[in-house]
Amino acid sequence: MWKNSLSIKTIVAIGIGAAVFVILSRFVAIPTGIPNTNIQTSYAFLALMAVVFGPIAGGLIGLIGHTLTDAITWGSVWWSWVFVSLFVGFFTGLVSNRINIESGVFGKSQIITFNIVQAIVQFVGWFILAPFLDVLIYAEPASKVFTQGAVAGIFNIITVGIIGTLLLSSYAKTRNKSDSLVKE
Amino acid sequence: MAVEMLSYIDRKSPVHALSGATKLIAFLMWSSAAMLSYDTRVLLVLFVLSIYIFKISQVKIREIGFVLAFILAFLLLNNVAIYIFSPQEGVKIYGTSHVLIEIVSRYNLTLEQLFYQFNITLKYFVVIPAALLFIVTTHPSEFAASLNKIGVNYKIAYSVSLAFRYIPDIQREFRIIAQSQQARGIDLSRNEKVWKRVKNVSTIVFPLILSSLERIEVVSNAMELRGFGKNKKRSWYSEKPFKQRDYITIIIAVLLLVLSLLITFHDGSRFYNPFI
Amino acid sequence: MKKAIIDFKDFSFKYRSQVEPTLVNINLTIYEGERVLIVGPSGSGKSTLAHCINGLVPFSYKGDIEGSLTILDQETKGLDLFSLSKMVGTVLQDPDGQFIGLSVGEDIAFVLENDGVPQEQMNKQVVDVSRLVEMDDHIDTSIHELSGGQKQRVSLGGVLVDKVAILLFDEPLANLDPATGKHAITLIDQVQKETNTTVVIIEHRLEDVLHESVDRIIVMDEGKIVNDTTPDALLVSNVLESSNIREPLYIKALKYANVPLTEEMRPAHITTLDIDACKANLQEWFEHADSAVSRGKTTPVIAVQNLHFGYHRERQILHDISFSIDQGEMVSIVGKNGAGKSTLSRLICGFEKAQSGKILFRGEDITNDTIRQRAERIGMVMQNPNHMISKHIIYDEVALGLVMRGVPKEEIKSRVEKTLKVCGLYPFRNWPISALSFGQKKRVTIASILVLNSEILILDEPTAGQDFRHYTEMMEFLVELNRQGVTILMITHDMHLMLEYTPRAIVIADGRILADDSAVNILSNEEVIAQANLKQTSLLDLAVRADIADPKEFVSRFIAFDKGVRKKWQ
Ligand SMILES: Nc1ncnc2c1ncn2[C@@H]1O[C@H](COP(=O)(O)OP(=O)(O)OP(=O)(O)O)[C@@H](O)[C@H]1O
Ligand SMILES: Nc1ncnc2c1ncn2[C@@H]1O[C@H](COP(=O)(O)OP(=O)(O)OP(=O)(O)O)[C@@H](O)[C@H]1O
Ligand SMILES: [Mg+2]
Ligand SMILES: [Mg+2]
Repeated sequence: MWKNSLSIKTIVAIGIGAAVFVILSRFVAIPTGIPNTNIQTSYAFLALMAVVFGPIAGGLIGLIGHTLTDAITWGSVWWSWVFVSLFVGFFTGLVSNRINIESGVFGKSQIITFNIVQAIVQFVGWFILAPFLDVLIYAEPASKVFTQGAVAGIFNIITVGIIGTLLLSSYAKTRNKSDSLVKE
Repeated sequence: MAVEMLSYIDRKSPVHALSGATKLIAFLMWSSAAMLSYDTRVLLVLFVLSIYIFKISQVKIREIGFVLAFILAFLLLNNVAIYIFSPQEGVKIYGTSHVLIEIVSRYNLTLEQLFYQFNITLKYFVVIPAALLFIVTTHPSEFAASLNKIGVNYKIAYSVSLAFRYIPDIQREFRIIAQSQQARGIDLSRNEKVWKRVKNVSTIVFPLILSSLERIEVVSNAMELRGFGKNKKRSWYSEKPFKQRDYITIIIAVLLLVLSLLITFHDGSRFYNPFI
Repeated sequence: MKKAIIDFKDFSFKYRSQVEPTLVNINLTIYEGERVLIVGPSGSGKSTLAHCINGLVPFSYKGDIEGSLTILDQETKGLDLFSLSKMVGTVLQDPDGQFIGLSVGEDIAFVLENDGVPQEQMNKQVVDVSRLVEMDDHIDTSIHELSGGQKQRVSLGGVLVDKVAILLFDEPLANLDPATGKHAITLIDQVQKETNTTVVIIEHRLEDVLHESVDRIIVMDEGKIVNDTTPDALLVSNVLESSNIREPLYIKALKYANVPLTEEMRPAHITTLDIDACKANLQEWFEHADSAVSRGKTTPVIAVQNLHFGYHRERQILHDISFSIDQGEMVSIVGKNGAGKSTLSRLICGFEKAQSGKILFRGEDITNDTIRQRAERIGMVMQNPNHMISKHIIYDEVALGLVMRGVPKEEIKSRVEKTLKVCGLYPFRNWPISALSFGQKKRVTIASILVLNSEILILDEPTAGQDFRHYTEMMEFLVELNRQGVTILMITHDMHLMLEYTPRAIVIADGRILADDSAVNILSNEEVIAQANLKQTSLLDLAVRADIADPKEFVSRFIAFDKGVRKKWQ
């Protein structure tokens, strides 16, 4: 069904979105002061794209963006975590209908909806899915991967909560309302 | 200056000559074998094979040195982390305990743990050369065509091509935006507080994202004006046609996968256990 | 009987977010095989008109349409974008958006790929077309290694590969150096002759387009068509002047010399112009015009010594650059696409670190200062406006630098408003930047730097995409700043700008300084012109053709005179 619903704009959004995801992952990690833990702005961006362009775009930007980031930095791909990016992008995107960001309104109720959804989705993704897949694929010790997942999860939920919300509200502002521009 | 990234390395070699689709299929089979198997013998054979293939690809270690350094550092850290979190994982898996060095009971170093961690590391060593090779010997333009060939919807395949096309542009744009914001008085150095840093980084991230959204508009207009997406199928300018060597490679890859799975799972466990 | 190919009837269009329509009651017919040029001030609706022809309006940009538009006898409202794209080939205003493939061949093949043409046939067609646009040596070159001019050629190739009835160009010359621009126009002309397509060009650089002949020029202003006639007829009228479009300089000179211009004198092109009818007047004007006054030397404010730089170790972009700029000078930096002009400005501002060499500010070494420290003294406007814009509303964007410097609110307000007025943006101050045309955006970025009152200003192609009125207003404001002691460096492809406003010019070719001399001298040095892809001014041609004893002096006197005239007109 969704093969037909892929508009050109969605395709381009996936391509360019994945490119931006790569650049943000590589260059715009804000050091928190705790060693080896950075604030990843790329997940805030992923949330924005998912809400604006829908679940398919969100999922694929997560998939392609994360795969390419891994590939060009590490030379190999950590499929378990890539899958989580896909999952997070897709399910965050599913709320897009309820938020309807194109209308230019991003008020309190939308902010709350968005944050509840992103927190739940990311919780499932980072706290459960990622470690589970790590154990399954790489047979890594469960206690280690669950701790790693939890740390990444907490940071990502906070980042998306702050930067993602800011991004969405400034995006909403760029949606001009009809018949609004007059020279003064 | 710029952070180095892995990209296509142009050579004349049997590996480069293969069609991208072949390499993609072979790579997927290879990584499945490496991911599923914990059989040391299988992994060792695959590892030796991957070194050999790497050699005939004529890619120099020096050219990918920076990535290797990253990976080695990662593996070291990963090993340390595994040991800290679960020093007796090997004992659990292999069912015996040969203590080598006594530390504190939980952290006693066992032969089983060493063997387990050796296997994990070996797994990475099997996947990494294959992945690296796939990345540096497949031209990005050909990659989209290959994805389409193995059954991915061509529009989605094209979005991967677009990602390749725009990564360098967006990287350049990112630097320029960062510089122009600094020129207007924004401090990006590390001597600010975290919250302030988040705010300052936002002043770069926002324009980057807004201009990317605008770019999406322009590019989709341009693609639409040039007739993208109107047909069910599309042909690819940079696709490499399948030759005999492609078929042979795919057959070998399938055989390797089947064989390693058979050897690994013939006794019902993915682990090879030398301790009993 | 000529066959109508594009036909607007009582056509109006309003963008959904606008209150006023952008196109008002357009009636325009374009015939098969015609070459039509559309000119008009920035924001007058030229690009919008083009979007109506290629279907982006209304299929991509939503809004309300009234009246009718038929292309090849079909009402566009009833068509879709795909069928329109088979009739109209568009080269967009932004070359980076136009270029989709990773390599030259791939981009040219894009349309063919979408039609599912088999690879063998595709290869053949790509080779043919790349030969037509003279890119056959670069078929496998990656996009990131192409110069601006080469990208433009590939864009043209990508459109030509599919036989279309109409070719539409939105400012094809905007970022090209003068010689490449001339080449591009010749190429378009040649393709038009070979294929007999209808060509519509939108361009601010009227004189450059007229290098090859066009059949008709359409003048737009505020969404209306104010004139539609042949180049000869247009040039003798004063429509251009009253619509604030720059006339070719030789036409201006003829008008100053009171030559009674008529259509029969064929003024559209300097070589077809009936010079005998002008000689006497021109010579007499030359005798009586005052010569320009030159300024004395002052102290150096910024100096560059033996600068070497490359983005990658293997490839050096700048070799051994040295020059010195005096306090209160106004200097232009000119040269080919990709010569390293923008790179030089980035080095001066500290965006990049030189491999060796020194940069001095009033004798003090600032080579190791940070971007921010240098920004206190040097303000820079970058080539691409999208790289500077970070706020949503125009007012906030212009105020940003002052806010960051902690200037009090009241002062910010007065300074920002004053600057916005100078840049012609005051009426839009509360608009989102996304609703502006390219030229308007560029002005926003200029305003955001002007407001900072820097001692030195570096402007990278400040006049790209600007119409003549805004151009003049902005340049006069810069001259005013310059008189108050601000030193100004301008990177430009506009030879008029260099002649009129900057007494001195530095020419860069292949990363070296090729010449550092007065603008008039440079533009009469054929060797420099050829090596740096510049273009001789038509004034010089005119003077030579009219047998003026000292052509260079003629150019100088013209510029001095013209400035005087324009000052009155303000
Ligand atoms: N997407 C849009 N939404 C709303 N208004 C728009 C949009 N695009 C253009 N406009 C408005 O339409 C007017 C005409 O814009 P257009 O781009 O057609 O001008 P132009 O003549 O091509 O100018 P330039 O020479 O600067 O490119 C502008 O005032 C602009 O504000
Ligand atoms: N960030 C960058 N990384 C690598 N190469 C670059 C970068 N920016 C520019 N270049 C290369 O440096 C050379 C000089 O570029 P620059 O932008 O300085 O030219 P320019 O003289 O300003 O040209 P134009 O007139 O087209 O603006 C070009 O060959 C360009 O491809
Ligand atoms: Mg325009
Ligand atoms: Mg430049």
